[in-house]
Amino acid sequence: MALVAAVRRLAQVSLREYSRKRTAVSWGGRLAAGRSLTSGTHALRSDNKVTVHFINRDGEKIAAKGSPGDSLLDVVINEDLDFDGFGACEGTLACSTCHLIFDDEVYKKLGPVTDEEMDMLDLAYGLTETSRLGCQICLTKSLDGMVARVPESVADIRQTKDEAS
Amino acid sequence: MSGRTLLWTLGKSGWTKRLHEGFSGCGKAFLSSSSPKVCIVGSGPAGFYTAQHLIKARQDVAVDIYERLPVPFGLVRFGVAPDHPEVKNVINTFTQTAKHSRCSFYGNVNVGKDVSVVELQQAYHAIILSYGAEGNRSVGVPGEDLAGVYSAKDFVGWYNGLPSCQELSPDLSCETAVVLGQGNVALDVARILLCPVDVLKQTDITQPALEALAQSQIRRVLIVGRRGPMQVACTIKELREMVNLPDSRPEMVAADFEGVTEALKDLPRPRKRLTELMLKTAVETPGEKEQRRRASASRVWGFRFFRSPVEILAEPGRGRAAGIRLAVSRLEGSGEGARAVLTGDVEDVSCGLVISSIGYKSLPIDPTVPFDSRRAIVPNSNGRVRQATGLYCSGWLKTGPTGVIATTMNNSFDTARSLLEDMDSGTLDVSAAKPGSQSIGALLEKRGVKAVTFSKWEKIDSVEMRRGEACGKPREKLLSVEEMLKVAQT
Repeated sequence: MALVAAVRRLAQVSLREYSRKRTAVSWGGRLAAGRSLTSGTHALRSDNKVTVHFINRDGEKIAAKGSPGDSLLDVVINEDLDFDGFGACEGTLACSTCHLIFDDEVYKKLGPVTDEEMDMLDLAYGLTETSRLGCQICLTKSLDGMVARVPESVADIRQTKDEAS
Repeated sequence: MSGRTLLWTLGKSGWTKRLHEGFSGCGKAFLSSSSPKVCIVGSGPAGFYTAQHLIKARQDVAVDIYERLPVPFGLVRFGVAPDHPEVKNVINTFTQTAKHSRCSFYGNVNVGKDVSVVELQQAYHAIILSYGAEGNRSVGVPGEDLAGVYSAKDFVGWYNGLPSCQELSPDLSCETAVVLGQGNVALDVARILLCPVDVLKQTDITQPALEALAQSQIRRVLIVGRRGPMQVACTIKELREMVNLPDSRPEMVAADFEGVTEALKDLPRPRKRLTELMLKTAVETPGEKEQRRRASASRVWGFRFFRSPVEILAEPGRGRAAGIRLAVSRLEGSGEGARAVLTGDVEDVSCGLVISSIGYKSLPIDPTVPFDSRRAIVPNSNGRVRQATGLYCSGWLKTGPTGVIATTMNNSFDTARSLLEDMDSGTLDVSAAKPGSQSIGALLEKRGVKAVTFSKWEKIDSVEMRRGEACGKPREKLLSVEEMLKVAQT
């Protein structure tokens, strides 16, 4: 079972590599060495890691680590965080599915928002004043320990008593 | 089924599953005949996102996706504009799903013609209808059948290589084109009509469309809507693309924007930013650099508001469009719910091309499936088809033809959740074994239908990419079902 699981993970990894390469290309070749999945590279620079706490849609808090320069979308993908439908366009500013919400303090540290990001953010469900797209936020040491909440992506009618007709 | 029998069956299937499963791309899982089998009709975003959610949620579900065309992906391939390649990145995740050991794709199968929904229900525990909206709303005015008048659905299908639209051959030899409707599809059409050919030739737009657009004499596109600037259905990204379109300048009627500035402060942010950009583009005097750019632009585009089509006018003696008669309207109410009320005035606009972009429409494909012809959807509650068991729907067929891919994704996850709930609660009985693709495959073979598996699609895919490489495009699409099948069968 372990062998099969390992092979499957390799297959998933190779597919993820493919989609991340596309992301790198679309960012004009911003290829960071820290994007490699080999744990060897990371171990050497373990003091350089930035911790991000994600709060998923069930309210669970999940700690994840990334390297400076990684986007929050990179972290979600690399750490296999598996939020439903997250990052559909693979970080190319063509959707709003990597929508994340921050507290005021963290939001201020995230830097300016481009028109292009704002345009896509405008389509996100549950938009707030401290919302950003995860694919546009890059980690720096000063963001170590930051908290990012994954909002609901749609109004769940199940939450109301009456069934919509 | 007794506990011991269940364990034995699971154990047996578990062993053979371990043997075959997990090597993605080569070989499908052998699943016990008692595993739940789900069939999805349609391989666009709705079909694939529903499949993805199901496969992830339960380790025993097998999903078969049936698609009418030999090629998958629906509107991602045939609807998304050629100059929006990033939007098509979702194909990567769909490909991953299709190659999952518990997912099978069967293209070139027409549900409703090659196989009926009843036959599918006999073979599968659940059917999910995700076949979208292949029709379009008609404008309903005289002259709609004249040459030079097309639905946006057909025009977009034409430049995106949809086989059934390849004979469209639109005449682009006129100066002015009128697009009816102000949603994102209308803006896509306007942008493709005015986009410099140098940009288009690097996209996956079809070769015939590229050639036609290279010869096009269209220099002016009017995007017409019944209501006002604050009711446009398009979104800001697409508007910004029009504003930034090389060699084009905007030309609008300032009077249409009366009262808009005052109303801005009360608008929610997305609508506010969109309206601000429109207002700025339409009314403000630009800086020197932009003024120079506009002065040298050879093409013009603009929104026309408060205009409702009443007739498409023909060239005397010829059966082609030469103009459009528009009734002038005014707004009653405000915001999203504002209504257009006719004033009695009319205005004629000369044009040789009219493209109606007022909405797609779903069609019924099988008489046994409930269909709401007024709303043109399959009546449902959270994706469960009303007055039916084991029948579900997702995507545009479920909610109507609006929304971007992410909207459809959420919609599909919702349907998948309903199905999973029903399986868990026993509302849907999945205990009895069903034959799934084994029986449907035999049926199709008997009827002479040659299904296109996903690996066969990958042959088509590599031929298209290879042809594209030769001319600097991401792909050169095959334009007929015959050609696709020929490549698939090699």
